[in-house]
Amino acid sequence: MPTQEKTLDEILELAAKHFKVARATLTPDDDFFKTLGIDSLQALDLLTRLENHFHVELPDYELQGVSDFRTLAERIQARL
Amino acid sequence: MNSFQGRYLSWTLAEGAIELALHRDPCNEIGLLALEELEKFASALDDLARDAHALILHSTLKAGFCAGADLRELYFRSQPMEKARAVEGVRTFLERIHRVLNTIDAAPLTTIAAVHGVTFGGGFELALVCDLIVADKMARFCFPELRLGLIPGFGGIPRLKRDLGNAVVRDLLLTGRSFNATKAQSVGLVSQVVAEGEALRVARATAAQLGKFDRRTALAAKKFIKPIPYHELKQEIDLFCQLFAEPAVERGLQKFVESTDAQPYLP
Repeated sequence: MPTQEKTLDEILELAAKHFKVARATLTPDDDFFKTLGIDSLQALDLLTRLENHFHVELPDYELQGVSDFRTLAERIQARL
Repeated sequence: MNSFQGRYLSWTLAEGAIELALHRDPCNEIGLLALEELEKFASALDDLARDAHALILHSTLKAGFCAGADLRELYFRSQPMEKARAVEGVRTFLERIHRVLNTIDAAPLTTIAAVHGVTFGGGFELALVCDLIVADKMARFCFPELRLGLIPGFGGIPRLKRDLGNAVVRDLLLTGRSFNATKAQSVGLVSQVVAEGEALRVARATAAQLGKFDRRTALAAKKFIKPIPYHELKQEIDLFCQLFAEPAVERGLQKFVESTDAQPYLP
């Protein structure tokens, strides 16, 4: 099982690549809605990409109130 | 009419396949305009089907297949009305959309929904009337109606019950969570999961395969395999209308319409 640090790193890589922002500009505690400039539909897109990448299911309600990469990584790690 | 170009949808007939394309921003929400054009399509379907063996439903919009009922229109139309009149309006709308969806469900050809992105609520219900669902791996399926104090109203519950195990139906409806395409395939909802942007191409390839079979046999098989739960569909309309009369629904709709939440689609 990957470490939480590795999971976080993969999330940041994936987000940077898909939403076309420089990886170096993303930090774990960023609000990804603001940093990536995404709306609710794009957040769903991100959720699906993360599920596909990590081969996990992330029920939407587990993400309620989650807006930073670090907490997102914790939620994913709990399902690996 | 072998082709039609509307504001909400368009259709064409070529090489034995009818393609019904949805193209109303932001994500093909189904309101009165959509209903009228869907009714037009349903009226034309018998004629179109004489020269076709397959029907493909898809969306040309990036956001997804369809986000379901137009909740803003529903709220702004219902809000100034007396409750009883608003409920009657909703019932009429539901009876009309049910007639359309029942027509597509029973269509005398094989139907394929090629879905991607948001396939929520009424959009999910539109896909559920089709015989096969081909899903882009970025498709997402959800029935978020409970957050509004409602149940799906376009025939979703009886058709889910027809196609899936009851535990999965409960999971989808009672939690309001969304499933990705892989999960939807694992529970038996989706027949094929394909790479991003490939759903329509694969649906066309599937339609071409269907064209190799005798049409009357295919139709006989479809009728035998796929019963339409008319009685439960009517019960669903009754229950929806009963719930729609509750004050919680108006509050839920108002919250949705006025939401500045970054995640209004997340239940």
